[in-house]
Amino acid sequence: MTLNRRVFLGTGAATVASLSAPAVLADGHGRPRVIVIGGGAGGATAARYIAKDSKGAIDVVLIEPSRTYFTCFFSNLYLGGFKEMDDLGHNYGTLAAKYGVNVVHDWAIDVDRDAKTVSLAGGATLPYDKLILSPGIDFVDGAVEGWSLASQNAMPHAYKGGSQTELLKAQVAAMPEGGTFAMVAPPNPYRCPPGPYERVSMIAHTLRATNPTAKIIVADPKPKFSKMALFQEGWANHYQGMVDWIGEDFGGGEVSVDPAAMTVTIDGEATQVDVCNVIPAMKAARIAELAGVTDGNWAPVNAADMSTKADADVYVLGDASQQGDMPKSGFSANSQAKVCANAVRGALTGTKIFPARFSNTCWSLIDADNGVKVGATYEATDEKIAKVDGFISATGENAAVRKATYEESEGWYAGITADMFS
Amino acid sequence: MCFLRGLPAALAAIFVAGAVAADQIGDRDAGEKVFSKCKGCHEVGQGARDRIGPHLNGIFGRAAAAHADYAYSKSMTRAGQDGLVWTIETLDAYIENPRALVSKTRMSFRGVKDPKDRADVLAYLRGFSDNPSDVPEAEPTARATDHDLDPAILALKGDAEYGEYLSSECLTCHQSDGSADGIPSITRWPTDDFVVAMHAYKRKLRPHPVMQMMAERLSDEEIAALAAYFKDLE
Repeated sequence: MTLNRRVFLGTGAATVASLSAPAVLADGHGRPRVIVIGGGAGGATAARYIAKDSKGAIDVVLIEPSRTYFTCFFSNLYLGGFKEMDDLGHNYGTLAAKYGVNVVHDWAIDVDRDAKTVSLAGGATLPYDKLILSPGIDFVDGAVEGWSLASQNAMPHAYKGGSQTELLKAQVAAMPEGGTFAMVAPPNPYRCPPGPYERVSMIAHTLRATNPTAKIIVADPKPKFSKMALFQEGWANHYQGMVDWIGEDFGGGEVSVDPAAMTVTIDGEATQVDVCNVIPAMKAARIAELAGVTDGNWAPVNAADMSTKADADVYVLGDASQQGDMPKSGFSANSQAKVCANAVRGALTGTKIFPARFSNTCWSLIDADNGVKVGATYEATDEKIAKVDGFISATGENAAVRKATYEESEGWYAGITADMFS
Repeated sequence: MCFLRGLPAALAAIFVAGAVAADQIGDRDAGEKVFSKCKGCHEVGQGARDRIGPHLNGIFGRAAAAHADYAYSKSMTRAGQDGLVWTIETLDAYIENPRALVSKTRMSFRGVKDPKDRADVLAYLRGFSDNPSDVPEAEPTARATDHDLDPAILALKGDAEYGEYLSSECLTCHQSDGSADGIPSITRWPTDDFVVAMHAYKRKLRPHPVMQMMAERLSDEEIAALAAYFKDLE
């Protein structure tokens, strides 16, 4: 497998080299072309399904700057010592080799919806028949007073997979004995609703072993959060006295930071901290805004096929979309991608378009072998993606159920990454 | 049951005995004869030991695969972790068609089709679980119903193309190459097994909140379509 990956990487590099030349355009041979921007849970899935199911009838171009994609989902397990960073890395070789996806490692820097073209940082301009944007999130400027992207090394967000997560883990490892870890949690809506709280659990798991007198402070602008009862029960039972969650009622939303001084001020009270994980308010990644399909922070879409309200030939998947009731999660993006892929293929090649159906499940790890989950099914209505039915793990579940839930989450990770990349 | 508390104990005992007669799930004596089909593998009663199958003392109210000394199949272990508990209803469904409830159970037994035979044998087994005088308060107060699928549902011919689309919802968790760590494989199953399993989730006989939720909104035709698609998935 390692050998194959090397071979694929070589192929990928060659593709990029030929990109600046217009050769890639001639490659279409008159086939309809779908450009997918962003190779995460939404984009990789959409590209894979369209290419796989159209069997060559559609030219699929996937634009993704990273050669190795590190999943944001499960990155908390890396922080907790349950995964290595390599376990979270995936590449696009199989999409290219097995399904003929034209994987372009470059940044999309503009979209001209009138001309139906995408401009790349490398200089190429690619025409499309259908454009699928699955670009993920960026942060809202000035959302946390004192913090900007320029301070992301002093105070990492670690909310996009990869190097930021590694930085945060290294900072936790370097905390002095009895030191303080602070998290500034984001307001709704944001990527991965249970993510910040699973992260608190995983940092606590690490600190309990390495630095048991350390403290964790969470400043939260929200009065409640995803799986709150489950996390709070877990923190009380497994990390007693370590986690101090400050919600909206106690000024958790009144926060500023000073990255140079390493202080966090919550409701007027400044605290010296050793690590500060700032997760600012989020918005659709910039390319969605440049494409002119956003309204406010997100891109409104039609539930039936994920096409944007602004343009029937432009679709937005995953975190960047404003679709209704689904949480912003990798599972949701993957689910939306399949609905979109079916609709796009039908529109371009006349295959049957089946009605949309969506689902989501989010697993979180509280401690070793202690997993919990929440999930729901959804349907497309005229106004939005609407929740149909759901479930959540119960507090007080026995150890065998929690262990099975954790093992199930491992199975899901293998499943969804195979559904994206294999 | 409140009114019973006000009665003299002896009178209450008569009432309870009456309730047992009225609600009895089956005939224990007849059940002992039905149990002869099970005896090749299972023992029950004083001194019962594990044989090919686990002994069945105390089976009512126990979680599946919870008997410590017996080596259960992976499927049965998973069912127990998912929360399958042996009640009159789940046992009835299991002995009617073992694979409807636990797909890869090692109990190679094609099932007891006659509802009365099932009721009788369960009444017999019930005598080796809790104290039988608890019956009105304990689990089996209702007569078992028939769980077998309408043959028309099993006979539905699935649309594999639709199944392929629907399958994409399954493949977020279940892998198309049949890998089964943490989440079971669903590829290359005989269609009947697939269909009875999905309907068992839909009826909430099989535990597992995700699968119950997913099965809940699948129509009979959609389940047939998925079975048709996954059967041939290489």
